[in-house]
Amino acid sequence: MEHYHMNLNLKVWRQKNSNTKGDFKTYQVKNISSEMSFLEMFDVLNEQLISEGEEPVAFDHDCREGICGMCSMYINGKPHGPWQANTTCQLHMRAFKDGDTIVVEPWRANAFPVIKDLTVDRTSFDRIIQAGGYISVNTGNAVDGNALPINKDNADNSFAAAMCIGCGACVAACKNSSAMLFLSAKVSHLALLPQGEPERKTRVLNMVAQMDKEGFGACTNTGACEATCPKEISLTNIARLNAEYLSASLSAEK
Amino acid sequence: MLNAKIPTGPLESKWAEYKGHCKLVNPANKRKLEVIVVGTGLAGASAAASLGELGYKVKAFCFQDSPRRAHSIAAQGGINAAKNYQNDGDSVFRLFYDTIKGGDYRAREANVHRLSEVSANIIDQCVAQGVPFAREYGGLLSNRSFGGTQVQRTFYAAGQTGQQLLIGAYQALERQVALGNVTMYSRHEMLEVVTIDGKARGIIARDLVSGKLERHFGHAVLLCSGGYGNVFYLSTNAMGSNVTAAWKAHKKGAAFANPCFTQIHPTCIPVSGDHQSKLTLMSESLRNDGRIWVPKKQNDTRKATDIPEEERDYYLERRYPAFGNLVPRDVASRAAKERCDAGYGVGSSKQAVYLDYADAILRYGKIEAGKQGRVNASQEEIIALGKEVVKAKYGNLFDMYEKITGENPYEVPMRIYPAVHYTMGGLWVDYELQTTVPGLYALGEANFSDHGANRLGASALMQGLADGYFVIPYTLGNYLADEIYNKSIETSHPAFEQAEKAVSDRIHQLMSIKGKQSVESFHKRLGKIMWDKCGMARNKEGLEQAIKEIQALKKEFWSDVRIPGEINEMNTELDKANRVADFIELGELMCIDALNRNESCGGHFREEFQTPDGEALRDDAGYMYVAAWEFKGEHQWDLHKETLNYDVIKPTQRNYK
Repeated sequence: MEHYHMNLNLKVWRQKNSNTKGDFKTYQVKNISSEMSFLEMFDVLNEQLISEGEEPVAFDHDCREGICGMCSMYINGKPHGPWQANTTCQLHMRAFKDGDTIVVEPWRANAFPVIKDLTVDRTSFDRIIQAGGYISVNTGNAVDGNALPINKDNADNSFAAAMCIGCGACVAACKNSSAMLFLSAKVSHLALLPQGEPERKTRVLNMVAQMDKEGFGACTNTGACEATCPKEISLTNIARLNAEYLSASLSAEK
Repeated sequence: MLNAKIPTGPLESKWAEYKGHCKLVNPANKRKLEVIVVGTGLAGASAAASLGELGYKVKAFCFQDSPRRAHSIAAQGGINAAKNYQNDGDSVFRLFYDTIKGGDYRAREANVHRLSEVSANIIDQCVAQGVPFAREYGGLLSNRSFGGTQVQRTFYAAGQTGQQLLIGAYQALERQVALGNVTMYSRHEMLEVVTIDGKARGIIARDLVSGKLERHFGHAVLLCSGGYGNVFYLSTNAMGSNVTAAWKAHKKGAAFANPCFTQIHPTCIPVSGDHQSKLTLMSESLRNDGRIWVPKKQNDTRKATDIPEEERDYYLERRYPAFGNLVPRDVASRAAKERCDAGYGVGSSKQAVYLDYADAILRYGKIEAGKQGRVNASQEEIIALGKEVVKAKYGNLFDMYEKITGENPYEVPMRIYPAVHYTMGGLWVDYELQTTVPGLYALGEANFSDHGANRLGASALMQGLADGYFVIPYTLGNYLADEIYNKSIETSHPAFEQAEKAVSDRIHQLMSIKGKQSVESFHKRLGKIMWDKCGMARNKEGLEQAIKEIQALKKEFWSDVRIPGEINEMNTELDKANRVADFIELGELMCIDALNRNESCGGHFREEFQTPDGEALRDDAGYMYVAAWEFKGEHQWDLHKETLNYDVIKPTQRNYK
């Protein structure tokens, strides 16, 4: 693979804190290697800003290997940028060419208020989990792991839903800022397993109620969430969530 | 100073004996006792959840925006447990034996045996929580094999085992938050331990959003803050992983044990340039099928595919015919370094070796063609079939490699090089996981106790969860039973005031330097010193030099670092500066420890101490001890030795030839 270097124009959202208004600032970065990751390009920008006596751009990031779910940049109109099934930290600069202008914004959603620059508050996701995204089993209560055989397809589908990294790209991609894909992934993960059965109904009702309380929008089945999800969480999880919700709502005993 | 408090009696009954006699706290009293948990990875989240379930009042802290992001999430391969579901001869004793041997006889027998005993409970607990482990068609749990063992005892969830286990612990934690038993403080960083009358009584934490300092009281403090691999700047650790919590504890009296024991993982994606911010691991499982080689000719610039078979040196197979490409991590890493140093490295940096799947693709292709009865399959068809098989087994890893390097590993061999991955050293703890400061505990990678000088694959997840779910709920009770007479201390207490002032003074000092060099540039320089002189191979001269260089770097840091922004706001540069300042001090201690240990063992390889054919040469008579360092003042430490007694296992030379 041929490597190359490029000069870029960056339009980056700057916002001092949640109480002040933000706006775009334009920066130039030079001699960026195509081998860099997108966040390493931001490291270069920040070192440049520091040397010029300016404040670096605040952005969330941690593992830089696509699994922690912390990085969250809205790049040229797409959460996590142009590549499919990818996180910002795994986006590499060979996706761009010399002279490109790149626009970088934070996730935009009422339920994800901006803390600073590109950093947003996603604790609403934690509160949705607190509402029921677990199995109520205390440490020490477990029976032998093989005492409960689980159909392999169900186990695999449960795992596919449990791969969600909680980054919030689905919310950022949705025109209504709906958290349905995130929520449906957790409901599916647990509803597909026999261990999740006892709390199946209360779980879905409580989690949906919490989602509404947090100010996430409604789902209109557009599918932007699925298209942008770095872990390719399927839209069928939302269908399952709707079925679970309906059946729980209609049944007499919760 | 060091009392390991190992229970008496035969090894296999020590833990049962301990649990049968340790003190208990009744439920009404638990409600009055407060526990602080720093870090929410596998160890911290499992501890906080379990203690919350028991009824203690828990406060949990993490620097990330959510406890679900802790770096345990990045573990790929799996978690070991002595279940013997495969009927292949596994047992608690064998897991115990493999772990002690893998650690090159530098771990504590009693702790490791307990770890093996509770390993099976971990799997049960995780299944009950809904962790979707891989399963067979019969619906039962699946196992795979891993380095350093001869049985299949590794449970896994594709290449995302750490993620699934952490999400399980995170959900248990969030349940306790919802029930009001745990209060969660995310985007908070612990910057000091508060001690009163010699006991840990709380912490000073900084709210990373507002920049404000906070005082938090606890009857006990649990540090579950992970390892310190980022002292090398480049490692497989997350960007935020740091030593600060452990280091503050160390400076408040907790001994730091075996700091020089670091694990260099052999299969990572190599450095591509000066811009590199972190390194990415490729799972150890790739060595099951891949063959590692370099060209036989030095500075060979041909493409890998243009180098004929007879001009390739499969150096692991050549040097270690018995284990071949499956030698343990420390051995494989050193062998790669040896070839690259000798001028046989590949790629533009020449700091890489090939991990080649061409043979595996052919082999699997032939098997597949046979299964399908295609006796006349052409070479192309066989390769296509083989690629499908490899894709099913390792697809996600191959995709990740392609994303990072832009090269297709199905067509050209992967380039790999060793990278810092895990730290076996950490805060010294006794059998109860208590540090040398009463009331201060260390769990998971933050402590030193279970992996000796080298950790086996799939054992880090096991240890983190063992400590949090099954050890600390018992051992903490034994301490807190005597604390029921002590009411919570107001945080207006002078000890809190002093601790907060010390933190505040340091932050003001950092901000007032207003020098010229960025925090990042200092961190990079520290990393280079550590990697060059305290990395895969160390020697006396280099270590002595490194100590001088680090001391000079520390001076320069404290007189020329530039931190923009303000104190009372979100300031990521200030966060980093706090961490790098501690890494610099730790780096010095690591070199001192490596210099003290005049032997080679596990991940610690002193060039002066090797066999004629370049293998690690242990000195059991001189160094079969844990080196626990007590902080005495700037650049000063006292060494305390905990002698390791092997009552059950007889130490032997590790041989993989």
